[in-house]
Amino acid sequence: MTARLSLDGVTKRFGTTEAVRNVSLTLHDGEFMALLGASGCGKSTTLRLLAGLEAPSAGRVLLNGRDVTRDSAAARNIALMFQSYALYPHLTVFQNIALPLRMRGLSAVQRLPGTALVSPVVRKRQAQIKAQVSQVAEMLRLGDLLARKPGQLSGGQQQRVALARALVREPSAFLLDEPLSNLDTQLRADTRDEIRALHRRTGYPFLLVTHDQSDALSMADRIAVMIAGEIVQVGSPKEIFHRPQSIAVAEFIGHHRINLLPPGPAGRLHPAGTRLWIGIRPEDLRLSPEGALAATVESRAFHGEETILKLRDDAGTALRIVLRGGETLPNPGDTVRLAANPAALHGFGADGRREDIPA
Amino acid sequence: MRLGAVISLGLIALGAVMVLLPFVWLVSVSLKPHAEIFTTEVALLPTRPTLANYWTALTETDIPRYLLNGAIVTGSILVLQLAVTVPAAYAMAHRRFPGRRLMFGAVVAALLVPFHVTAIPIFLGFAQLRLLDTYAALILPFMASAFGLFLLRQAFSQIPAELIDAARVDGMSEMGIAWRIAFPLGMPTVIAFAIFSVTAHWNDLFWPLIATTDPGLATPPRGILFFRDQESGDDVGPLMAGATLITVPLILGFLLAQKRFTQGLANTGLKK
Repeated sequence: MTARLSLDGVTKRFGTTEAVRNVSLTLHDGEFMALLGASGCGKSTTLRLLAGLEAPSAGRVLLNGRDVTRDSAAARNIALMFQSYALYPHLTVFQNIALPLRMRGLSAVQRLPGTALVSPVVRKRQAQIKAQVSQVAEMLRLGDLLARKPGQLSGGQQQRVALARALVREPSAFLLDEPLSNLDTQLRADTRDEIRALHRRTGYPFLLVTHDQSDALSMADRIAVMIAGEIVQVGSPKEIFHRPQSIAVAEFIGHHRINLLPPGPAGRLHPAGTRLWIGIRPEDLRLSPEGALAATVESRAFHGEETILKLRDDAGTALRIVLRGGETLPNPGDTVRLAANPAALHGFGADGRREDIPA
Repeated sequence: MRLGAVISLGLIALGAVMVLLPFVWLVSVSLKPHAEIFTTEVALLPTRPTLANYWTALTETDIPRYLLNGAIVTGSILVLQLAVTVPAAYAMAHRRFPGRRLMFGAVVAALLVPFHVTAIPIFLGFAQLRLLDTYAALILPFMASAFGLFLLRQAFSQIPAELIDAARVDGMSEMGIAWRIAFPLGMPTVIAFAIFSVTAHWNDLFWPLIATTDPGLATPPRGILFFRDQESGDDVGPLMAGATLITVPLILGFLLAQKRFTQGLANTGLKK
């Protein structure tokens, strides 16, 4: 795989605060990558640095191996889909989609109204633009909406217009900023599939920026996890989920927050627990009379397909366990014993870094 | 109808009558034949209406010339004001540069300074440049309008930053964004400003009185003064017809743009 777009040791400071610290990140040809982080972690700044809307304080931006750090957003030809879609409200859908092509293919003089009447070159170019717009519009089922203004479209239609405007220019890379955050649950699932399909169909490298881990885990080939302005782990969704490289990643990933047992008490779950932190996901703990861990139930919450118990073990550590199915549920105040599959345990050293432990 | 409503409607009607009466009188006199104007009884409406006064005003006086001057001066001022104000207001609203806050502060401060304060220095400067008594003297002092800058900056600030970024990614230049994105989206405010500007400069008597002496350059209010001086007051009919003629373009303009005008003012500084 060849590198398409990368950041090389990039730092971005706003005043005295470092929004992005020494980040190196590579988007390869044809891959679908997700940049995952909590809000305010610097992922949007990273996106703007890649797109050319911000200039880095230090480091380089490379496109196809060439240094483009000082190039404008337009010169990089990187498509960017904004969270708000950022459609031009005073232009029709056709004009919105055609705008990047017109800026690229026609000079300022050629864009003047009426030039098509006198210049065959402009006529030919305009016909090409029209064909390209129709093609993209067909692909995104916008054919009937080309004459409308963005204000007359539904949220999902607006999003497809934004996708069309980004894709029509045949970009060198496609960056999507929180594309699903404005959609309701039903539309969200459809749009995930649609964006995945669009990626397969176009073959452009996609970078999805999101705070939603299920978007990242379900859509991306690779995920870069960003915490407090730094990339802390890059890997496939399975690696990120099953082998978090640090306590911070382990705590960030997962629908339910991971349980962490401090060195010492953790020894009851695994021999290495005498000197390491042991992490165990709430889904991987189970109730078992022979379990090594004793804990008192503090509260119980029913969530439909699952029930979440909050417990406290005899060393005072708060624990959470997710139960599915029809087990008989303990009541608050009951003391239960917990067991875990050794393969599901994560060991972390005192510095928070992963240390592999034998299953 | 409740008594309160009757009273308040009555007061409003009274106010409207007081404001409108001079205009009604103006139009009425302009339609009266010469003999009817100087009579002892007061007649609100002409008994034998005639357009003769308008004919006199249009053919035997310089009023058409004054109207043309007014159009040239106010039109040029508006075009130049927009040429300066739209890019500057866009830059103040959406670009980060050193001294940005200072510049906005200076604009707000300039709003507080009446034109009469700077009129004398400008007069002296124009005298040095030998520009007095030209169209340029009537137009150039108003090229940059602090009011317009303030109004448009507030309007452009309402445009989401993501939209501006999208235009940059799509390959538009900063000047292109100012004119092709910010300008059309700020149109209600632009129209409101245009009406303010045209009204103020069409009606301005102070500066034309100072900067020009040539009757050929007179704007409508200045022209009416020339007219009155020449006729020494006994030809009131054509004078009133002339005054009506110079008021009509503004009234027509306002009526045509009324909806967008009030809309523009209502939206200024408000989030949609």
